[in-house]
Amino acid sequence: MKQITVVSGKGGTGKTTIAASFAALAHNHVIADCDVDAPDLHLLFETCLKEKEEFRGSKEAVVDEEKCIDCGRCEKACKFGAIDGHTIDPILCEGCGVCAYVCPENAIMLRKKISGYAFISETKYGPMIHAMLNIAEEASGKLVALVRNKARKIAEEQGRELILIDGPPGIGCPVIASLTGVDMALIVTEPTMSGLYDLERILELTHYFGIVSLVCINKYDINKENTNQIIEFCQRNGVNVISKIPYDPIVTEAMVAGKPVVEFSDGKVSRDIGEMWDNVMYALK
Amino acid sequence: MIISIASGKGGTGKTTIATNMALSLKNVQLLDCDVEEPNAHIFLKPEIKQQISVYTSVPKIDETRCDYCGKCAEFCEFNALVALKNKIMVFLELCHGCGGCPIVCPKNAITEEDKEVGVVKKGVAGDIEFICGELNIGEPMAVPVIRRVKNEIDDDKTVIIDASPGTSCSVVAAVHGTDYCILVTEPTPFGLHDLKLAVEVLKKLGIPFGVIINREGIGDQNVQGYCKEEGVPILLTIPMDRRIAEVYSRGVPFILEMPEWKEKFLELFDKVQSMRS
Ligand code: SF4
Ligand code: SF4
Repeated sequence: MKQITVVSGKGGTGKTTIAASFAALAHNHVIADCDVDAPDLHLLFETCLKEKEEFRGSKEAVVDEEKCIDCGRCEKACKFGAIDGHTIDPILCEGCGVCAYVCPENAIMLRKKISGYAFISETKYGPMIHAMLNIAEEASGKLVALVRNKARKIAEEQGRELILIDGPPGIGCPVIASLTGVDMALIVTEPTMSGLYDLERILELTHYFGIVSLVCINKYDINKENTNQIIEFCQRNGVNVISKIPYDPIVTEAMVAGKPVVEFSDGKVSRDIGEMWDNVMYALK
Repeated sequence: MIISIASGKGGTGKTTIATNMALSLKNVQLLDCDVEEPNAHIFLKPEIKQQISVYTSVPKIDETRCDYCGKCAEFCEFNALVALKNKIMVFLELCHGCGGCPIVCPKNAITEEDKEVGVVKKGVAGDIEFICGELNIGEPMAVPVIRRVKNEIDDDKTVIIDASPGTSCSVVAAVHGTDYCILVTEPTPFGLHDLKLAVEVLKKLGIPFGVIINREGIGDQNVQGYCKEEGVPILLTIPMDRRIAEVYSRGVPFILEMPEWKEKFLELFDKVQSMRS
């Protein structure tokens, strides 16, 4: 079984558009939307929900007012500044349990909380695992791991050979969780100074984890000079630029229609994505 | 006044708004809290005068004292410690630096050690005081770096905070305690879906907010519809304009080449100021 993650470093470069098109082009695969704090892939597929699971990724501390004697030890012990007097700010609390440990009156309890949900849905392109992190939750890396586990299980059960992962933007914990142990990363970038700078950082990350990376320059014609700069940068670093996709408003039209662009149109963008997909599959083998 | 700029979806124009706004105002501090992929420096080209390392404390185990009782591993909520028969394995990237394991260890075998997780850069860009956080590559946790950047807030200035995209802990850390949040979105189904999520975050935090619609003209009218229905103020609309996109791609704040926009950013600031109360 192979796993490939589509990432971008910078947000809004077209990662999900490309992942959705890949999902429509691939065969015998499982789709995993690992952008768990802003999942969008389901907006491009008709999904039929099969299973929903509570995700209890973290805990929170709660004070029993009756037992509390206001000694102030918990406030002093909390490294996250989450305790003021004996009130705990649930937003700042990381659920470490130090306060509960130091409390001489056993007045603090750690409670598991529901931090989100994981879903298994059926789409016409195959099964999709997705998730929704509750607002302002932190265990996003753990939820990504849960989504990936479920995807692997389904792939094994159904004899599917590929897991296609739509990753989150950035380089932090959920991105790392989306990348560990995959066979390949496809990095979608854009020819802007921000795109180039962010590409350098995400490439450093994939190198750090030893993951083979390919680069796709989306909307390459909005600034050809920058496109050349990205290509040169990739060449210098031995990274393959696998595709250059032109800017075309059809991409947004497809999004508005709620369809992967390759299904919505057979124009240049769709042909380019199709060709890129063939090359990605070739590189994966 | 502290204004944060956030968005559910990435790439909607947060940094564009933050930098153009900073350039339009006086007595400003700009804090780049998108520490995973900070971009404001590309546009403002600040002169960096000081670089500060950000550390978290992580456990260090003294093998001569440890008798492998495993109490530390049992305590750690983040599975950063695993007790084997004659070894404690430490997974530093999972450690939140809570300081719990040194307290629970009955043999006093654990001390805390500093680990660098990122840097904060301080400098100036013209009249703007510039501060930016950068997460080290391979480090998963952005929040300590964001908090460190926010330590630099100067209450006598107008503070503009550029947050990371999404709705998770990094975003919360960046917008927490700010007086007003500007949500930047684009008029597409992704933009709307992620805007709704971001709105939930701000409601939960009790921070007043308004919306900027960027690249108006692409996509559909549903963001407008949503804002109207929910009574969310639309502070500014920026049309889809190839020129703006081209100026952006070169890493230039567009008011420098399209000065007619400065007025709009001043109006935006006035609106925000009046709405905060
Ligand atoms: S659980 Fe940890 S983070 Fe939460 S209040 Fe207690 S000491 Fe602070
Ligand atoms: S400091 Fe806290 S999070 Fe880190 S290893 Fe010790 S108990 Fe775990």
